[in-house]
Amino acid sequence: MSLEAYFDFVILPILTISVLLVFIRLFKGPTVVDRVIALDLIITIGIGIITVYSIRQEQEVLLDVAIILALIAFLGTIAFSYYIEKQKDD
Amino acid sequence: MIDLILAILSTVGALSIFFASIGVLRMPDFYLRLSVTVKASTLGVGLLLICAAIMFPDDISVTTKSIAIIFFLILTAPIAAHMIGRAAYVTGTPLWKGTVIDQLQGMYNTEKHTLESDPKKADLSKEDQIAETDDATD
Repeated sequence: MSLEAYFDFVILPILTISVLLVFIRLFKGPTVVDRVIALDLIITIGIGIITVYSIRQEQEVLLDVAIILALIAFLGTIAFSYYIEKQKDD
Repeated sequence: MIDLILAILSTVGALSIFFASIGVLRMPDFYLRLSVTVKASTLGVGLLLICAAIMFPDDISVTTKSIAIIFFLILTAPIAAHMIGRAAYVTGTPLWKGTVIDQLQGMYNTEKHTLESDPKKADLSKEDQIAETDDATD
């Protein structure tokens, strides 16, 4: 099995199944903080999918999108936790 | 040889991400989910980015971008996990029923959002004393 076929038929399906499993937690999540970490994990797996896709398509420009997604995941989690903590005061 | 290294790195990375997603689905408690998610997903994405850096050897910008993303993830993932865990503890997310010890119990002043090392000082009756020390430092 060549490396391209290995990326296409093993690595990408594993990452896709991972995103689907995290989506179940995003829908079920009993509290809002569960949903926040599920969203954070989905974006982090998205960075991995973009990386594998840029390897397969030989488009290294796509890694710029991964940088922005990492930034957005961090800022989103920080903003969510800030406002969830402030919510208790009211 | 390069292909074998790439296959091993990508397999370990994808499996760590897969175990992180299984953990976030199967763990019984928010804090256990948080603890299993952050480390494994950071490791997995880091290994996949190292794969990308090896895959484009001629292009120095890919290596730089990969190292930048890995550094940023390692730097920010624990901070985000700490902030969301703190917010969850303040808002009273329930612990798992099999939890052995809660070391923060009684040490967190939910009114002032401060943490004390002595459980008795976190009481609201000591609030005046804390306010006085704040004035003294001014």
